[in-house]
Amino acid sequence: MKFSENWLREWVNPNISSDDLVAQITLAGLEVDEVLSASAAFSGVVVGEIISAEPHPNADKLQVCQVSDGVEQFQVVCGAPNARPGIKIPFAKIGAVLGADFKIKKAKLRQVESFGMLCSASELGLSDDHDGIMELPAVAVAGEDFRSFLGLDDQIIDVDLTPNRSDCLSIAGLAREVGVLNKIDLSPVEIAPAVVAIDDVFPVRIDVTDACPRYLGRVIRSVDVSATTPLWMVEKLRRSGIRSIDPIVDITNYVMLELGQPMHAFDLANLSGSIVVRMANKDEKIVLLDGQEVALRDDTMVIADEKAPLAIAGVMGGEGSGVNSETKDIFLESAFFAPLALAGKARSYGLHTESSHRFERGVDATLQEKAIERATALVLQIAGGQVGPIVHAVNEASLPEAATVILRRKKLDQYLAMSIDKAQVTDILTRLGLEMVDVTDDAWTTKVPSHRFDISIEADLIEEIARIYGYDNLPSSMPQAAVNFTPLSESKTKIQVLRSVLVAQGYQEAVTYSFIDPVLSKQFLPNIEPVPLANPISADMGVMRPSLVPGLVKAYLYNQNRQQSRVRLFETGRRFIGSVDALEELDQQLQIAGLLAGSRDGEAWYHNGEKVDFYDLKAHVEMIFALNGGVKPTYERSACEFLHPGRSADIFVDGCFVGLMGELHPQLSKSLGANQPIYLFDIALEAVLNARLPEYEAISKFPEVRRDLALLVDRTVPVSDLERVICSSAGDGFKNVLVFDVYQGQGIDETKKSVALGLTWQHPSHTLSDEEVNNSVEKVVAALSEELSAVVRG
Amino acid sequence: MENLKQILADALSAVAASESESALDDVRVHYLGKKGALTALLKQLGHVSAEDRPKFGQMVNEAKSQVQEKITERKSSLAKAALDAKLATETIDISLSGKGQEVGGLHPVTRTMERIETFFRGIGFDVAAGPEIEDDYHNFEALNIPAHHPARAMQDTFYFNPTTVLRTHTSPVQVRTMENTQPPIRIICPGRVYRCDSDQTHTPMFHQVEGLLIDENISFADLKGILQQFLNVFFEDDLKVRFRPSYFPFTEPSIEVDIMRTNSKGEESWLEVLGCGMVHPKVLEMSGIDSEKYTGFAFGMGVERFAMLRYKVDDLRMFFENDLRFLKQFK
Repeated sequence: MKFSENWLREWVNPNISSDDLVAQITLAGLEVDEVLSASAAFSGVVVGEIISAEPHPNADKLQVCQVSDGVEQFQVVCGAPNARPGIKIPFAKIGAVLGADFKIKKAKLRQVESFGMLCSASELGLSDDHDGIMELPAVAVAGEDFRSFLGLDDQIIDVDLTPNRSDCLSIAGLAREVGVLNKIDLSPVEIAPAVVAIDDVFPVRIDVTDACPRYLGRVIRSVDVSATTPLWMVEKLRRSGIRSIDPIVDITNYVMLELGQPMHAFDLANLSGSIVVRMANKDEKIVLLDGQEVALRDDTMVIADEKAPLAIAGVMGGEGSGVNSETKDIFLESAFFAPLALAGKARSYGLHTESSHRFERGVDATLQEKAIERATALVLQIAGGQVGPIVHAVNEASLPEAATVILRRKKLDQYLAMSIDKAQVTDILTRLGLEMVDVTDDAWTTKVPSHRFDISIEADLIEEIARIYGYDNLPSSMPQAAVNFTPLSESKTKIQVLRSVLVAQGYQEAVTYSFIDPVLSKQFLPNIEPVPLANPISADMGVMRPSLVPGLVKAYLYNQNRQQSRVRLFETGRRFIGSVDALEELDQQLQIAGLLAGSRDGEAWYHNGEKVDFYDLKAHVEMIFALNGGVKPTYERSACEFLHPGRSADIFVDGCFVGLMGELHPQLSKSLGANQPIYLFDIALEAVLNARLPEYEAISKFPEVRRDLALLVDRTVPVSDLERVICSSAGDGFKNVLVFDVYQGQGIDETKKSVALGLTWQHPSHTLSDEEVNNSVEKVVAALSEELSAVVRG
Repeated sequence: MENLKQILADALSAVAASESESALDDVRVHYLGKKGALTALLKQLGHVSAEDRPKFGQMVNEAKSQVQEKITERKSSLAKAALDAKLATETIDISLSGKGQEVGGLHPVTRTMERIETFFRGIGFDVAAGPEIEDDYHNFEALNIPAHHPARAMQDTFYFNPTTVLRTHTSPVQVRTMENTQPPIRIICPGRVYRCDSDQTHTPMFHQVEGLLIDENISFADLKGILQQFLNVFFEDDLKVRFRPSYFPFTEPSIEVDIMRTNSKGEESWLEVLGCGMVHPKVLEMSGIDSEKYTGFAFGMGVERFAMLRYKVDDLRMFFENDLRFLKQFK
């Protein structure tokens, strides 16, 4: 809420500077967002009076005015069409400075001398209005400094109120708060009931008494809507960010700002029969003040007459029933709508108004009569008229009840870790408007004032006391807690360790959005229906990622387009597969995914810039699995749509699928615009982090024996098959097998490949004899021949 | 005697003049060999008077050891010179870069999150995680934010359907922990959160670390103490910190924490870095914790905000561009 500091100080005027006031309310929980000057910077401008205005001899659109500053007369050339004798205007004299550096000097306009300038409101930073010069009320005294005339040495304080403090959405409420903080009394505006001059009433019927417990209405006849809103009111409204419209609307807005009660004024001539507060009928239409037609829902409360809805209750009036330039008689509305009845309603129609903002958060349910009397007095003062009696439609039972809240000394002291003096606590609560029902050494029994919707439990009172006492004045300590021991698990690899392994391999960690383009999702995973957001920020962030891969590939392309050709990225995060209709079953698994592309080592002096291939990728995958203490994954050819069918693998641990890796499908890669092969892995984080506790195995004292085998085998036979057969046939003492060469090409059958393997035996309890090893080798060769048609070369 | 001296002098100069191992061998044979000059002197021992014999013998032996010593010395110095010469030919340019790739690095958000985690783990907090697609109950209701509460408008929420959302904070993890654990509870919940907002200073996804401490007799003073210490430790500075009343539906009292920043012109200003408060009794009760017996505090912070302050990043959106030129700065 924006408000004029001067206006606040009319109500409560603590002897502190503006800066201190701003700091004080901020530290009381009314956070000041911004403090602005009430007008643009200018000086040397006074109230002037146009004595005469003659056409300029040499220019059609200019006039030559004689302007008085109350002492002297000055000749001023002016282009504004509304410049005419008798009006008071802001007059920038010679030497005046407008804005930062626009100095008014003596000038000659088409051969006529001009001593100063007549100003428009926009030239003084008071509005956007630059249709002619600003006209001041007749009461303005020529010669008075314009800044002091308008009280412009004022600040606009913009306070960002939290939703619980609707009681501060008015000058009265802010003043109450400032009064408490400074322990001073308020000078509220005096409101006396208007003298009722006529008997005219307009009937009010409330059909929805829970939603609208109180509705006050009043007829005022023969108002002059052509009257001008006084400048002081226009200025106060302006400083709260509200434009002046006409005197009646201005008054309702003014009362809302002053007291916090949103009001509405109808043109009595447009009301038919009676006011009915009811729920809208489904699809009932209303044209709102902003011109848009809305089809109402039946959960929406409306103010209607016998014929049609006139306004969405507490949100916005309708176009047809409001005050207009033809209005003679008005019907003022001052109602209390229950916050819950209005909650979310404005928003559901795409609306947000000063009125809905207040009603949703809570308006004081005892304020309506005061507000209607205040508005009546202002109408009479500004636009005249004859006042009818107030019509009260009230359902006492539905009005909010004043809560009784007990604050216990024990709780207060425990929460704050200190003991605030009893008298001080009582004083704070009393100043905040709480009624002391009973005060003992152990507890305060209080009744909450009608404007404090937010206070309902003990903790609320503790907060109030802490807030007024000052959070910074409360003690600070370190909690005492028992030392907590939990077993140091070795069955989980720390994610930090996993990340550092990848970092050591040159990977940069990426963070990509969890929502991706549905088109991209389909390109990668055509058979997965990604989870769509109902209100995405944009179409290309429309669905939750079913895989981390598309995001990483997009990040690759971003970098490729910025001349970064060697890319290594990894990311950890959730992927989302399933349906929100079965939320419990929705897969939100944490994954670790990586992307590898470009040269192996970067461009360097010692190599030719060989590019990474599948086996670099595999090394990295093996590396992160190696952290788990020996649980070796197995790899099978993958059928994943977005991977190269010949260069991709599904990864299994203990027979369970845990992830995949491989080259991005060349066709997809091309269509995305990648200019080199991209390698990817995407693995369930859980599978990588599950670790095994190492267990010592005695080291054999006996020597190792190694035999090398060169085999010819069909190209289609994976080396893992050779290894499997060897392991199962190599007999007692077999230790391991390693592949030290693979060759295919010239010199051997084109359907075959040559694989060179080193087999090692080492017996735990004796030295293996040549004979034993030879026997084992023979068995291996026989098994390989039988199962895989492998032939020993030469 | 004179002869011995002469022979010794000759031998030593021959050693010194030898330029190779084989030349030294020749010198050794010539003087110390079976037929060597010094060996021959020993053979003449018989001609020496009995009285002088022990002394003469000793002198010859000493001369022999001296020559042997010099030969060994010379040998090793020759070997060393040879090695030096060989190594000199093997000299390489040590200014060239090493072989292998450069290391990568962690994302600044992760770095920051790890620092925050380290502090809280150190004082006995556990790390908890939970789903990002959440039900309305855990994201709002259980945190005292009923439907249509104005606070819902404070957080622009991504919806899947009217009862399923992308979590707007990591608080649902706290709720889930409270539902399954009795106090004492000490957890932090780091993770991704989402709000339907995108401009210069907002990204629709960002990271939070929230924390929760519930025990008997936890007070506002404990909250102030821990968070002040945390800020000092995180920023490695003795910061000016202020605690300001605010509003969150799930805490009462609610607090925002500001730190004092000084810009390049030396001007000071407060900057909000944390939201926190004493856990609202309703929130405790809804998750099955006795609010008469236990109190607690909760806090939450935006990780990107801390990363920006820490690493002087001035554009929030850089965190999610994944531009290598940005990422590589955080090594």
